[in-house]
Amino acid sequence: MAAVSRRDFLKAAGMVGAGAAAGIGFPAVLRAQGGGTVKVGVLHSLSGTMAISEVSLRDVCMMAFEEINAKGGVMGRKIEPVVVDPASNWDLFAEKAKQLLLQDKVAVVFGCWTSVSRKSVLPVFENNNGLLFYPVQYEGEECSKNVFYTGATPNQQLIPAAEYLMSREGGGYKKFYLLGTDYVFPRTANKILRAFLLAKGIPADSIAEEYTPFNHQDYQTIVGKIKRFSSGGNAAVLSTINGDSNVPFYKEFANQGLRSEQCPIMAFSVAEDELRGMDTSALVGHLAAWNYYQSVDTPQNKKFVQAFKAYAKKANLPGGDKRVTDDPMEAAYFGVHIWKQAAEKAKSFEVDAVRKAVYGQTFLAPGGQIKMDEANHHTYKPVLIGEILKDGQFKVVSRSKGLVKAEPWSQYTSADKGCDWIKHQGTYQKKA
Amino acid sequence: MRSPERWGLLAGALLLVVVLPVLNALPAGAPLRVSDFTLNLFGKFLAYAILALGIDLIWGYTGVLSLGHGVFFGLGAYAMGMHLMLEIGTRSVYGNVLPDFMVWNRVTELPLFWKPFYSIPFTLLAVVVVPATFAFLFGYLTFRSRIRGVYFSIITQALALSVWLLFNRNAMNLGGTNGLSGFKSIFGFTLNSAATQRGLYVATALALCGAYLLCRWITRSPAGRVLIAIRDSETRVLFSGYSPAAFKLFVFVVSAALAGVAGALYVPQVGIITPAKIGVLPSIEMIIWVAVGGRGTLLGPVVGALGVNWLQSVLTTHYPDLWLLVLGGLFVAVVLFVPDGVVGTARKLVGQLRPPRAVEGRSPGRPDEGRRPEEVQTPAEVQHIQAR
Amino acid sequence: MRKLILLALALLPGLAAPAVAQGGGPSPAGPSPEIAKHIVDVASADAAVQEAAAVALGKTGDRKILPLLEALREGSVYVRPRPGGGKETIIVGDKVNEGDRTLVPLFTAYGREPIAGPDGKPLLAELGTLAEVGTGRSLRIAIRPLIDAFSGQNDLVSPDPATRRAAATKMGYTGDASTRARLEEALAKEPDHWVRFALEEGAARIRLRTGDPAERVAAAEILGRLRSANAMEQLGQLAADPQTAAPLAGAARVAIKRIERWALFTQAVEIAFQGLSLSSILLLMALGLAIVFGLMGVINMAHGELMALGAYATFLVQGWFSAYLPARFDYYFLVALPFSFLVSAAAGLALERGVIRFLYGRPLETLLLTWGVSLIIQQGLRLWFGAANVDVTAPRWLSGGIPVMIGVQLPYNRLFIIGLAVLCVGGMYLLLFRSDAGLRIRAVTQNRGMAACLGVRARWVDAGTFALGAGLAGLAGCAITQIGNVGPELGQNYIVDSFMVVVTGGVGKLAGSILAALGIGGLNKIIEPGLGAVFGKVLILALVILFIQRRPSGLFATKGRYAES
Repeated sequence: MAAVSRRDFLKAAGMVGAGAAAGIGFPAVLRAQGGGTVKVGVLHSLSGTMAISEVSLRDVCMMAFEEINAKGGVMGRKIEPVVVDPASNWDLFAEKAKQLLLQDKVAVVFGCWTSVSRKSVLPVFENNNGLLFYPVQYEGEECSKNVFYTGATPNQQLIPAAEYLMSREGGGYKKFYLLGTDYVFPRTANKILRAFLLAKGIPADSIAEEYTPFNHQDYQTIVGKIKRFSSGGNAAVLSTINGDSNVPFYKEFANQGLRSEQCPIMAFSVAEDELRGMDTSALVGHLAAWNYYQSVDTPQNKKFVQAFKAYAKKANLPGGDKRVTDDPMEAAYFGVHIWKQAAEKAKSFEVDAVRKAVYGQTFLAPGGQIKMDEANHHTYKPVLIGEILKDGQFKVVSRSKGLVKAEPWSQYTSADKGCDWIKHQGTYQKKA
Repeated sequence: MRSPERWGLLAGALLLVVVLPVLNALPAGAPLRVSDFTLNLFGKFLAYAILALGIDLIWGYTGVLSLGHGVFFGLGAYAMGMHLMLEIGTRSVYGNVLPDFMVWNRVTELPLFWKPFYSIPFTLLAVVVVPATFAFLFGYLTFRSRIRGVYFSIITQALALSVWLLFNRNAMNLGGTNGLSGFKSIFGFTLNSAATQRGLYVATALALCGAYLLCRWITRSPAGRVLIAIRDSETRVLFSGYSPAAFKLFVFVVSAALAGVAGALYVPQVGIITPAKIGVLPSIEMIIWVAVGGRGTLLGPVVGALGVNWLQSVLTTHYPDLWLLVLGGLFVAVVLFVPDGVVGTARKLVGQLRPPRAVEGRSPGRPDEGRRPEEVQTPAEVQHIQAR
Repeated sequence: MRKLILLALALLPGLAAPAVAQGGGPSPAGPSPEIAKHIVDVASADAAVQEAAAVALGKTGDRKILPLLEALREGSVYVRPRPGGGKETIIVGDKVNEGDRTLVPLFTAYGREPIAGPDGKPLLAELGTLAEVGTGRSLRIAIRPLIDAFSGQNDLVSPDPATRRAAATKMGYTGDASTRARLEEALAKEPDHWVRFALEEGAARIRLRTGDPAERVAAAEILGRLRSANAMEQLGQLAADPQTAAPLAGAARVAIKRIERWALFTQAVEIAFQGLSLSSILLLMALGLAIVFGLMGVINMAHGELMALGAYATFLVQGWFSAYLPARFDYYFLVALPFSFLVSAAAGLALERGVIRFLYGRPLETLLLTWGVSLIIQQGLRLWFGAANVDVTAPRWLSGGIPVMIGVQLPYNRLFIIGLAVLCVGGMYLLLFRSDAGLRIRAVTQNRGMAACLGVRARWVDAGTFALGAGLAGLAGCAITQIGNVGPELGQNYIVDSFMVVVTGGVGKLAGSILAALGIGGLNKIIEPGLGAVFGKVLILALVILFIQRRPSGLFATKGRYAES
């Protein structure tokens, strides 16, 4: 977030006035797409609790727009971003989405982080036939015609991580403590994990499940429970703890004498960008599962990381060139490029045309080649298990062979359901 | 009421109830057409205005600052939301008769307390009765033990926090953090149609007019004058033989019911209700609407709710970084410099320019005098010095 | 003890940090011809040959092989053409980018010693000129137990007792007879009480698994005596298995009973400590609020943000130390404590002089105003430091914990906060009741007019008191950095809790606040294990609300300015 300069402020004051005239409350002055530009929306919280995570996504989208514009834009038209702030306020998400689609008439929206924000804008996109690129790993069980999911589904993150822990290589763990923040992603994730673990022969009494409220700070009691749970050895924690609560949790974990060698924590919501604000000493040696890390060693990633640091410095963002990249940022970044390629392929910005052109689109993303699914609106991605290092980076300890196909409906919990927009109308019942 | 103002009010009501929806019904592309988006936005603001009226009744007129009104708003909204949720039926993502969030929460049977919400009359009743009952219970306990002033504010804040925590729990079967969303229709009318939304808007505007008249009636009745007297000096009222607790309880319940109605009208227009709307922060934001507009006036809260929310819409679009600074600044500026709010100050200015005509022979202490409670109330400091 | 470690290090040359290369020559003790052959084979393209060589290397038990095995797992083993012809297996270090070229420092495969170039400096080679040794998944799986065996032994002689304990526990879980011998060997030399415990436990667990019948019975008895929670599972299986010999099963059952009884006891101790810890945090947060609210009648909703300021001040001090005094980094926290106090106190002073003084006697207005201020501070912090949390590293002396009894380890950071809370309360008591300044504060609180008449500068006292309360908030914020997040919203998480403490305690009463903090904190921790965190908290809030209805003026009736009859 750039510091507010005086000029910005004056501009703001002017805009308030201008907004009164042009914006809300007056019959809409037709604000058609400018001749030389194409409007795209960015719908990420820039204030409130989710700003911690979402601001970086806004930044990386803006960088992608700048890159594309520097190379002549999309089909000769420069991208004109419309950035709005839903302020971590779920009903404001719906309002802002309406505004972007109806008022600003953007061609596409890049946005959302939490499941609830996505659920809140979903009806808006479906009713008005908009297009949303959603860049965060999520719980699956969704298959919308108007959304492209560039983050991971459970089978691209949760299952490989659990498999890794159960393998000899990963330590052969046999007891699992499923710990999460009380909201849809952890609940669904743990539902799938539990089904998976049971299917793999882990007895039910070797699986514990627990939820804490958002922003929970005092993990003394829970760490005490984990300590007792893991006292026999070979136990691991599968953590879907969200954002803010992680630091107190890991600190308490270390301070009560639990160590990663005895009882590793496999995290599904801790990435480089969150580690930036953490004292990592307590986290070293613990694990995470993602589809990209800043430490991935490819030439295009090197370029991407450098470009982002340079952009952050140039745009005077807090953190400057100390900023890091992570999985959702990569997904947001290649989402922009996928959209550009699709629009160019379709030779149109029209939603339905672009949507069809996205199917099967490939892109050399920073983390390696990725591919959009031909039918299910999700993304083929590699799966990487990483170990947290002292500098807040990850060392990849295991990677999937090739790309993993996304399963929006997990085979462990909804084996009868599938998602297909070519042969079916979205979610369909598989024949037995 | 000064008659030009009365005409202004009437014109405003006409504009909101008739003109805007008619302009919206014009065919697309017509000049002066109000877009669906704008009308929908206004609908949301008007629902907020009903809520603000309720807060004004308890704070502006009675001098009791509740920092937990988000709870009552939320109860009304959830009651309506639960009905809309059930109305979705099998049109949901999972194709199950149960609401989606129950499916991923591994709930297999509809909890008992959900079942009555299949009924429309029950829902409409619950929208008012649930928050009102809750307010009655809470108010009875607090007012009876004569908890006042900031203590009451802090306790209501704790209430907002507790309810927020509870509603966030998935085990409550109310959708957890995600709340209720994905509605398809209301009473059989599909929500995704401009006509339904227009209808909802008109209903909201009418409800606002009704709420305004109700508040006007209450504040002008003898009971209303007791309320103002409580605000100005509760002890004096007590000594005069009235029971302030009963009056406060009554207003608190009315105010909660209004908040519930506002919540119920809000849900179908916005399409989602989550615990985030009932926590500590939204509850206190509601206070600022009233403060900005002018507490102790009936027009003030309406103006405040519309103005502040409109400002939020504009600022979060163009200058996201500024919004919280502006909101914070509003709190500070209003308290320090315009304690009477926009409407109160405007009236004062008008009053200064033009000596008021006959004051209609009303007793002093009328709310629309724009008088701040504290100017009348014996400052606690003085009270203390007297006591020692 | 240090001597012992030095001795151990001297005995195990391979463990010492790689000595700085003296020159380009081979390291003093080169590999044996057999090992040298395996090192060549490990780089083979044939996976079977590779794996066999790796296992053979692991079997040698030569500690200088460990780095190579680890490098194989990481994939940092390469082959380079030897300067004199032929090929050589080497390990590469962290990459350095120099323009377009990626350079890596080279290390020997045996012992991982830096290879020096002709100029005597460590040799950097371009990555492109080296051939990477492919490592398949099966190879990595084969290497894992070899590394574990090595690292277990390594960790057993680590200078850090916690590492030694962890290694002993882990070896006890997986080890065999030879591991047991090693554990017992280490036990003979181990000075630290708790490491000895872990070693003994580990050895007994192995014996319980692998020993002869008499040994096993003895092991079960030892484990019972040690109250080893780690052995519970194993003992439980033995006791439940009908094929277990009667004496062993009996011994196991006795041991289980002892362990279970002990577990109940430790759990009680833990809950008591957790309650105390939570109470001390609540008290620290509420203290400043209690002073400002109780003595001045000001509801300071920006109290949480003043805490956040203190936390960010700590972050700044940490930054200065790591920039200018990295050697003294661990002491930054001692500087941060007073500094955060001053920063918040200054902010409080500005707040009081700037706005709050216009609103004395109008508590509701103050409440709204300070709420506005809190939003401004919050957004200001966000604009200045970014929306993300910032990283405050715990100094080493506040990391980890002290084991006090079997199964209970008390974290240093929590002990520190308890101590700080006690100090603050003591300080406040002395200041308010045993000093001139305190006398003035109390005088103004009780009768402002009279105090002013007697020559007390009431306004200065107001400002001073407010600054003091704000400073205490800063101190609390500084302490919070050691257990939680530092972000713009830090204050929001705590504000309602601290108000609850103040209101329950009775306004303006130190003793009330202490009692309320202890009650709320303790109750919370007693309820939480059964009902979960949310219901625990809600129940507490409900109890507080009910309590206040019974006693609207809190635990102790107040004599403050705003006492309502």
